[in-house]
Amino acid sequence: MSVKTLEIDGKMVTGMAGETIFSVAWEHGIHIPRLCHIGGISDVGACRLCMVEVEGQRKLQAACLTQIEEGMVVRTDTPRLKAHRKLIVELLMAERNHICAVCVANGACELQELARSMGIDHVRLRYRFPVFPVDTSNERFGMDHNRCVLCTRCVRVCDEVEGAHTWDVFGRGAGSRIISDLGEPWGASESCTGCGKCVQVCPTGALFDKGKTVAEMRKDRGFLKYIVTAREKKQWIG
Amino acid sequence: MDRVSRRPRLSTVWLGGCSGCHMSFLDLDERLIDLAGRVELCASPITDYKEFPETDITLVEGAVANLEHLEHIRVVRKRTKILVSLGDCAVTGNVTAMRNMYGLEDVLTRAYRDTAAVVIGIPNGNGAVPRLLERVRPVHEVVKVDHFLPGCPPSADAIHAFLIELLEGRTTALQGRFG
Ligand code: SF4
Ligand code: SF4
Ligand code: SF4
Ligand code: FES
Repeated sequence: MSVKTLEIDGKMVTGMAGETIFSVAWEHGIHIPRLCHIGGISDVGACRLCMVEVEGQRKLQAACLTQIEEGMVVRTDTPRLKAHRKLIVELLMAERNHICAVCVANGACELQELARSMGIDHVRLRYRFPVFPVDTSNERFGMDHNRCVLCTRCVRVCDEVEGAHTWDVFGRGAGSRIISDLGEPWGASESCTGCGKCVQVCPTGALFDKGKTVAEMRKDRGFLKYIVTAREKKQWIG
Repeated sequence: MDRVSRRPRLSTVWLGGCSGCHMSFLDLDERLIDLAGRVELCASPITDYKEFPETDITLVEGAVANLEHLEHIRVVRKRTKILVSLGDCAVTGNVTAMRNMYGLEDVLTRAYRDTAAVVIGIPNGNGAVPRLLERVRPVHEVVKVDHFLPGCPPSADAIHAFLIELLEGRTTALQGRFG
């Protein structure tokens, strides 16, 4: 595989052909914000938080989906990008019902942390207050659609790593919803093996362990690296 | 604050919140004594006032949930130079606004009929309690807010740091978070 050299935020960096801007940037200590990307499963470009400016291109590019090219000049942190990202986080906060004070993930949530790191101290948009259900039919886990950001990490990990493909996306736009099997309650799903991988990769308090109360849910993502390394290198190391 | 050197006037207001933000403010403990020397405390939920006084800084706890809140916050805004949303209920609506997912009628029926041990009826706003608004709103949806201090509640340290910054004329954005 050939090596490519490019510039990210004024820094000369190298990566392998086929690598994305996102992963090359992270390898070089440039941490582009993200929500739907998680190492170990495929990328879909659902959240647009990782958008970057590529010189010579008018449109912003999702860093998690864009492969590096020789001589590319990329900027990840311009005022324009920051403004867009801020608005995305505010839109996500306003779209469903995020009441952090009573959320299982309070203090360990990727959305909440993104808001904090961007200095978001209030949401400029009107909150929608939609009505969404909470599915507690599964014996060990719960799904609170009020806190789902539709990143589809759960869908991908269940399909690509567990091989069950229990989850999928139903509907369109703001009315989209994550469903199990053909829309049955999670507890009635015949495909779910109960492995809990979706719960661990979910960035918010949408998927959680039952019995956990406010600010008690902490996610363990170690398994993903472990399994992916085992697959790719045939070695069981963390 | 003013050209005439006087101590800045500080007030606090309690709308639809649990009083936790005020409790957190009281958790400043001995720092309150120092603060009392630097500001003039004008109005608070425990001072008896007929009319809200002219104030330099007002900290607002709670969301706008009923007619009384709505009328009060409008007056407070007019008489305040720097209005601060203190805590998640003021900033986001928070738990106070969770009823927005359901209609007001349904919420009242649930509280005063379905789950009441003794059913007297639904308060209609003519008597002792103010009429609820159809929708609970964060303060900045109703009046202009100058600063936001999220948190449920914001810690005493966060409130202290914020007030000191403000009193010393700096308004650097402080890092707070929801929840
Ligand atoms: S999922 Fe995150 S942002 Fe949403 S309520 Fe929970 S802690 Fe807050
Ligand atoms: S518990 Fe495992 S099998 Fe079940 S939905 Fe989640 S990832 Fe899929
Ligand atoms: S449930 Fe969690 S992992 Fe799945 S789409 Fe929603 S936020 Fe993402
Ligand atoms: S992380 Fe790239 S689009 Fe979500």
